[in-house]
Amino acid sequence: MGRIPLVLLACGSFNPITNQHMRLFELARDHMHHTGRFQVVGGIVSPVSDSYGKRGLVPAQHRVAMARLALHGSGWVTVDDWESRQPDWTETVVTLRHHLQKLLGQQPSAADLQMPHSSLEGSSEPPQLKLLCGADFLDTFRVPGLWRAEHVEELVGRFGLVCVSRGDLQADRAVHESDTLFRHRHNIFLVREWVRNETSATEIRRALRRGLSVKYLLPDAVIDYVREHQLYTWQSEQRNKDAVLRPLGQQGAPSEPLNDS
Amino acid sequence: MYFLQQPKKTKVVLLACGSFNPITNMHLRMFELARDHLEDTGQYEVVQGILSPVGDGYEKKGLIEASHRGEMAKLAAESSSWIGVDTWESRQANWLETVKVLRHHRQELLSREPDTDVVGTAKAGRKRKRMDASNEPRLMLLCGADMLDSFGVPGLWKPEDIEEIVSSYGLVCITRGGSDPEAFIQGSDLLWPHRHNIHVVREWVANDVSATHIRRALRRGHSVRYLLPDPVYIQERRLYTTESEQRNPGVVLAPLQKHAGRHE
Repeated sequence: MGRIPLVLLACGSFNPITNQHMRLFELARDHMHHTGRFQVVGGIVSPVSDSYGKRGLVPAQHRVAMARLALHGSGWVTVDDWESRQPDWTETVVTLRHHLQKLLGQQPSAADLQMPHSSLEGSSEPPQLKLLCGADFLDTFRVPGLWRAEHVEELVGRFGLVCVSRGDLQADRAVHESDTLFRHRHNIFLVREWVRNETSATEIRRALRRGLSVKYLLPDAVIDYVREHQLYTWQSEQRNKDAVLRPLGQQGAPSEPLNDS
Repeated sequence: MYFLQQPKKTKVVLLACGSFNPITNMHLRMFELARDHLEDTGQYEVVQGILSPVGDGYEKKGLIEASHRGEMAKLAAESSSWIGVDTWESRQANWLETVKVLRHHRQELLSREPDTDVVGTAKAGRKRKRMDASNEPRLMLLCGADMLDSFGVPGLWKPEDIEEIVSSYGLVCITRGGSDPEAFIQGSDLLWPHRHNIHVVREWVANDVSATHIRRALRRGHSVRYLLPDPVYIQERRLYTTESEQRNPGVVLAPLQKHAGRHE
């Protein structure tokens, strides 16, 4: 029985992309490969669209451009701007469905063995697409109104998660505390990053606002791009300051009535 | 009309001694953090950074050849406009105390031609014994909090060396999670008088990605991409293996050997 060809999809702001983001892919690939059951054949970075409404989000064209610069020499991870080009924010499962469709459309048919898709050749297993994420992502399932129950079910049941976290059992606890996640625990792969590496995009934006160095936290080409376009400033961090995150608005979360008394 | 005289900034050169086995993004970050911190005080201008890999005589477990470590450091620092590598220490036959490395580099700085604004008037090759005192850059030792903590390890440092480092040179110490440099300085009668010469730089976000971690990942065939500037050199030569980690097993670190028999 051959290994299952696997593609990892990471959705997120990538505001900006950092070495830490790219590490997630590397760690996930090593882990899934070492299970003996998977052959990781690709990785996709899918930056969220501007309509997500997150604070400090700079235009998608920049975030996509920076991700492409960062992943230029990667060899297996690419950037896809489909999600960022959608008119409205796209639910994660919709993005996953789109990419799985694309992936399955590429699979050579049994009758046509000359197809130049070497990564899918020789495997009798259909390719799978799993969502790559951090431990914080699992906790978002608990936020009221942020996820539709049927989407969580489809996400972990049909697709699956590869969740990279610190060695602090946060992810394990999240799986334990959710019946949906627990039911699909065999499709949730927890990858440990034993050393702390908390240099997040938030920290990087903070450093940039303050004129501090971010060298060696993200690729030089991305730093140059940020400087050239003067992307991360106090002003840019004020974007969407009072906005409601799109998923909360769209999925009809009950809003607090104005308390006028 | 008043012209406010800007206080003259002290030029600083940062020297980092270490195994760099291998060099990591974290090592290079130390320089960047140190420079930002010092310049933020308004009193300093950091003009140069020097990576000085330790010689093979240090005999630390898992230490690979200095030639490789120096080359990797050079490749890593290539994209920097101000950080470079000096292999003098690594080419010495025996291990050298840190203070000797500092003395060597200070001597080098003093005998360098002064910067001139007019190109071509500096006479090439002429050594000047004494530089204009106001121009002389201050050489400071850049280190992590673990090095500061190591001052407390019996037999590892000579007290007179610590004294010389913190009085004649200066220390820039980058914190790591779990250490408290200020408390350590507070508790040390040797360091306390020179506390103004010890700059503690707080790294607010934890970044524990160490060379040890990287060597472990390499032994296990895991990716180290994005943890160091470019892992290609290591990968092409398969430098870090189970075998390489067994080098110098159970050997007493050179500094401890040298001071064996000294009693506090």
